[in-house]
Amino acid sequence: MHGKFVWVVRMSNYNFAFFDENSKREIRRAIFKAVAIPGYQVPFASREMPIARGWGTGGLQLTLSLIGRHDVIKVIDQGSDESVNAVNIRKFIQQTTAVATTHQTPDATLVQSRHRIPEIPLREDQILILQVPIPEPLRETEQSDTRAKRLHAEKEYSGIYLSLFEQIMKHGQIATGADHPTLVHDRYVMAPSPIPRFDNHKLNYSAALILLGAGREKKIYAVPPYTQVESLAFTDHPFAAEDMTGKICRLCGARGVFFDEFIDPTTQAPYYQCNDTSFCQQRMSAELETTWGEQGDH
Amino acid sequence: MGYVAVKGGEAAISESIKRLRLTRLRERQIITVSSIKSCLRGLVDRVMSEASLYARDLAALAIKQAEGNPEEATFLLRAYRGTLPRKYYSRLVTTDDMAIERRISATFKDIPGGQLLGASYDYTHRLLDFSLETEEISDMEKWLEHYSKIPPAPLDSLPQKMTRVADIVRQEGLLAAKTEDNTPPQDVTRQSLSFPAQRSERLQALTRGETGAVTALGYAAIRGYGLLHPTVAELRVGNVPITIDYPLEETSDPGDALYIGRIQVTEVDSLIPSIKETAPGKKEINFCIGYGVCYGQNETKAIAMSVLDFCLENPVPGSPVHDEEFVLTHVDPVEATGFISHLKLPHYVTFQSELDSARKIRLGGAHEQL
Repeated sequence: MHGKFVWVVRMSNYNFAFFDENSKREIRRAIFKAVAIPGYQVPFASREMPIARGWGTGGLQLTLSLIGRHDVIKVIDQGSDESVNAVNIRKFIQQTTAVATTHQTPDATLVQSRHRIPEIPLREDQILILQVPIPEPLRETEQSDTRAKRLHAEKEYSGIYLSLFEQIMKHGQIATGADHPTLVHDRYVMAPSPIPRFDNHKLNYSAALILLGAGREKKIYAVPPYTQVESLAFTDHPFAAEDMTGKICRLCGARGVFFDEFIDPTTQAPYYQCNDTSFCQQRMSAELETTWGEQGDH
Repeated sequence: MGYVAVKGGEAAISESIKRLRLTRLRERQIITVSSIKSCLRGLVDRVMSEASLYARDLAALAIKQAEGNPEEATFLLRAYRGTLPRKYYSRLVTTDDMAIERRISATFKDIPGGQLLGASYDYTHRLLDFSLETEEISDMEKWLEHYSKIPPAPLDSLPQKMTRVADIVRQEGLLAAKTEDNTPPQDVTRQSLSFPAQRSERLQALTRGETGAVTALGYAAIRGYGLLHPTVAELRVGNVPITIDYPLEETSDPGDALYIGRIQVTEVDSLIPSIKETAPGKKEINFCIGYGVCYGQNETKAIAMSVLDFCLENPVPGSPVHDEEFVLTHVDPVEATGFISHLKLPHYVTFQSELDSARKIRLGGAHEQL
């Protein structure tokens, strides 16, 4: 018997985009529901993937359910197209679909991303797919999903506001890192995935459809185009993004974008590079106007 | 010092994959899939059970590819399973039809049908057998020939179907009354687990749970974080036939059913005493059943599963092992290892964001001191 089944591991023996068509349809049905109820977490039968749980299987399932032969895919991980996981996921999508891939944000029809929204604004004909580790914004204040679901249903969000208030009491300010909770369409509190606070404003009235997928937690949710997304805050303690003022990219000279921080080993002084590497490269090769970001910081 | 490269990951990754292949091959030894299947039964059984795919050949292949790492082999097999369409669901499998290879009971010394020890490590001393270091094919042939000459045990005297120990207790009226629940089972791989979960969902999540995780939580339950001490009424290992409804017509006539093969399972009925108040002030002890079943011979896992099945049927506030959300969401091997291992991924952005908050707070603190 052995020897006969070795062939199954070759990709040619898998369907286009890995899943059988029924599985894809089922995921798309969940997407429709998510779009219809902005910010609401739709449970779906998350499939086991050849990529590890927690490494982007939610985003990947969204991508594979949507991708067609004429799509152009861009995959980024923490801002980089060449990060280990971005390479891995892009390779898998390409192996199972043979679609074109790109690093350039404007050329992509589908952008799958972990923890960043590209610096170049997305258009109506693009879809952004964000990978989500913990889809439940209330998890920190309510461990049980059953109870959290009830809180969402009743729009009972005093717990999460209270936790922000406690941070102000303790630290003098809201102390969230990435994944700062948002309120979508004035109805559901939503985890924007661990994007930096700097990217939260890009969710608000985004021209592109934004889909969020959590594979391990088996949830899909969405921000439809031109939907209001507010970051939770108080009137006397307004929401504050990471402070990028005065910082400038050492490679391309950009300002007002999200930067990675490095330490110069000789001078011990910090220096900065654009976190969005394809944006940085496009600027260096002068494909983008050099005045980017100089009109003001976010 | 130089600028940090923005490109270059792709080449490094492809070298890393080559390195992995080299590590597997550099001792210039190859293990065949068929020898894994025949000689690493324990690992094959474990991987099939955690992957919830009964396929000995594929499990052996996964083990070869994963260099014997059960975490990785389970992952490979689960990923493959994810691409398989559900063509049929089997008809109800009754373990009454099991071809029993091993069957023991801890409740009564003498049970109808007898204790059948079968193949087990339970009665061995765990001493390294150094003779295996030099075991040759000829040794194997010699031993097998010798064994074949021993007159076979009088298996014919065993009853075809053995009475369940639990049924004996039931006949005595000691088993807590339960109505039969014939709700069609939910397929947790087609509809995601939601809470409160049905029993069918719980049993599926437990049977495909990671062996160590299920064992650890089962252990916690009997050691003191749960409220019970079970007795194994019966542990069975054997093959059960699998049949499907005749697929070309709408029929559920058992006479038309097709036999598609048999699977080896381990099945456990545990008896757990519970105290019931029959009348005010009058208490009575009767027994409840915890049920465990899994692919292959995985006895510890099946027993631990039976303990957890009971725990989850009887929630106790404040006890994690009686909390289905806690138990079921954390025993899955692929989910647990995936999320733990994702910590190896770059977290530059998220960490930068935390750093920003930490720095702002420090500045704020200094400001207050001024």
